[in-house]
Amino acid sequence: MTEPPVLEVEGLVKHFHVGPQLLGGGGIVHAVDGVSLSVGPGELVGLVGESGSGKSTVGNCIARLVEPTAGTIRILGTDVTHLSRREMRPLRREVHMVFQDPYSSLNPRMTTGAIVGEPLRLHGLAPRRSLETRVIELFDRVGLRPELRHRYPHELSGGQRQRVGLARALAVSPSLLIADEPVSALDVSVQAAILNLLRDLQRDLGFSCLFITHDLATVEFLCDRVAVMYLGKIVEEAPTEVLFSAPLHPYTQALLSAAVVADPAEQRARTRIVLEGDVPSPLAPPSGCRFRTRCPLAEESAPRSIEEEPMLEAVATGHRVACHLASRGRDPAGLLDRAAEPA
Amino acid sequence: MAGPVLEVRDLSVRFETDDGTAQAVDGFSFSLGEREVLGIVGESGCGKSVTMLSLLRLLPATAVVTGSALFGGTDLLAASPARLRRIRGREISFVFQEPMTSLNPSFTVGRQIGEVLRRHLGLSRRDARARAVDLLDLVRIPAPASRVDEYPHQLSGGMRQRVMIAMALACDPKILIADEPTTALDVTIQAGILDLMRDIRDRLGTAIVLITHNLGVVADIADRVVVMYAGRKAEEAPVHELYDHPQHPYTIGLLGAIPRRGVERLREIPGLVPRLSEPLPYCAFAERCPRADSRSRSEVPPLEEVRPAHFVACFHPGSE
Repeated sequence: MTEPPVLEVEGLVKHFHVGPQLLGGGGIVHAVDGVSLSVGPGELVGLVGESGSGKSTVGNCIARLVEPTAGTIRILGTDVTHLSRREMRPLRREVHMVFQDPYSSLNPRMTTGAIVGEPLRLHGLAPRRSLETRVIELFDRVGLRPELRHRYPHELSGGQRQRVGLARALAVSPSLLIADEPVSALDVSVQAAILNLLRDLQRDLGFSCLFITHDLATVEFLCDRVAVMYLGKIVEEAPTEVLFSAPLHPYTQALLSAAVVADPAEQRARTRIVLEGDVPSPLAPPSGCRFRTRCPLAEESAPRSIEEEPMLEAVATGHRVACHLASRGRDPAGLLDRAAEPA
Repeated sequence: MAGPVLEVRDLSVRFETDDGTAQAVDGFSFSLGEREVLGIVGESGCGKSVTMLSLLRLLPATAVVTGSALFGGTDLLAASPARLRRIRGREISFVFQEPMTSLNPSFTVGRQIGEVLRRHLGLSRRDARARAVDLLDLVRIPAPASRVDEYPHQLSGGMRQRVMIAMALACDPKILIADEPTTALDVTIQAGILDLMRDIRDRLGTAIVLITHNLGVVADIADRVVVMYAGRKAEEAPVHELYDHPQHPYTIGLLGAIPRRGVERLREIPGLVPRLSEPLPYCAFAERCPRADSRSRSEVPPLEEVRPAHFVACFHPGSE
């Protein structure tokens, strides 16, 4: 691990103002509140969280689609946090995004061939004569018949459109692909094909990937490492195998226990950790530990959890957790055992 | 075991559109037993939602519905509008995917639940409100006495879905039809809604039809499963039987497509769903099927019982 990371994010904060700001009114949405993470060369990192956890905002900040409030973002060692649009342009080649909705993320007035060719033209990577050949290559690469390049997005199926999105993102051979829920809008059978494709492409081309999703099963299938977000913060981060077999944070444990598996015998034998209440408003996140209002171990960790924010601390190599109890070495299996006891 | 509470026979739904006729449901039959949770699984456009909407005649006028749907001696598809109004929301009720668009934003949840009670059961305003509080408590909404006066926007997505379920249960229906009830929700919230539905069946004895694309949700809660493809039934079996011994290549494909630990590749189903605007006088899955032969491409496979209570519409059924 001597190679520098492709992406390094440190203390990323993004606050959005909402409501009338005149006379100091309105509020601040703490969408992302101090997120640090890195993605190594050729690494697939999953960023998991439920709606409102801030996972998409992290992705959008990295691609500089929204301006971060604070923190640093380094891509291939270059600090891009405050680069102007012009300064950013050469680095745009290095980071590309694939979005959730293949309907709204492709220009309906361009043919799919023009969509895929556009980044090549803008970055001056393919002379006019060879542009067509390169587009055909890219279509082939993502499993689309080359004839489809003359079609418009609305003429394609959802899965085909997502392939166009992938071809566009990979056209300029980026170092980092940010995939924000790329398969969530697709049917399972189509989803499978896109996930297989993403995996194959990653192995062949070796790009790094930040895979943003709410779906744990996808992460388990695809990613090397996982970071779990809750209310604007990373609560746990670990190699995929470790996170799924020995999660330490009570939220991670609850999330894993709530995910359904397509096997009735296994699914019905599982014990769920049911979280009380709703995710608090990001307008006024709880003091101290943000998870304390729903944490099954809240009593045990109070009053410290109310007063002091748990830091993301390493408990083993590559395994970090932000919990007052877990970092003190509390038996992580205890929570599930307790949930299994009859009330 | 008592007879089924709902018996649907040879249901077909076609839409007359400007571009021609689209056969959304094609000769679909199923039954729902008392206290049973029946999962209807399929991908977008397979006709699972249209089937359920057609039963209560909630489809637009462009839909032509044929077949029969026997519910306690009444054929829903032939019943008078007045009879149907007494059944809808009272004896058979619906929960839809998107609770925000199904609730009226300008009335309190108490008033919306109360409306059902006043309309169907003739309760007074005061009694309806009291019963609404009980119902909110039944679906485990904390502090029901104060929540009853809140508006939908004041509730979270999970709470709204609980309100929808409370409303559906208001008249103690015999059948609850839930169309993708957890699809818009986060997993931790989904878990709570599934527990609630299980609890409703156990405590109130309501039979539930659960329409979903999620094979995990079905594995969790269904007793029996029907797999639909292109408006037809591909396979039907008790839940354990279906997952342990899937027979139809489409079901096998769907199960293999789900991402999970330790698999090198997910199973892909090549090709696309057939266009419903063209007649399919053969197996609808033939073009995407590794087992298809000339017979699959020239005849519609009949539904046959290949194992006890396990039905498949395929000329070449079998587990892999």
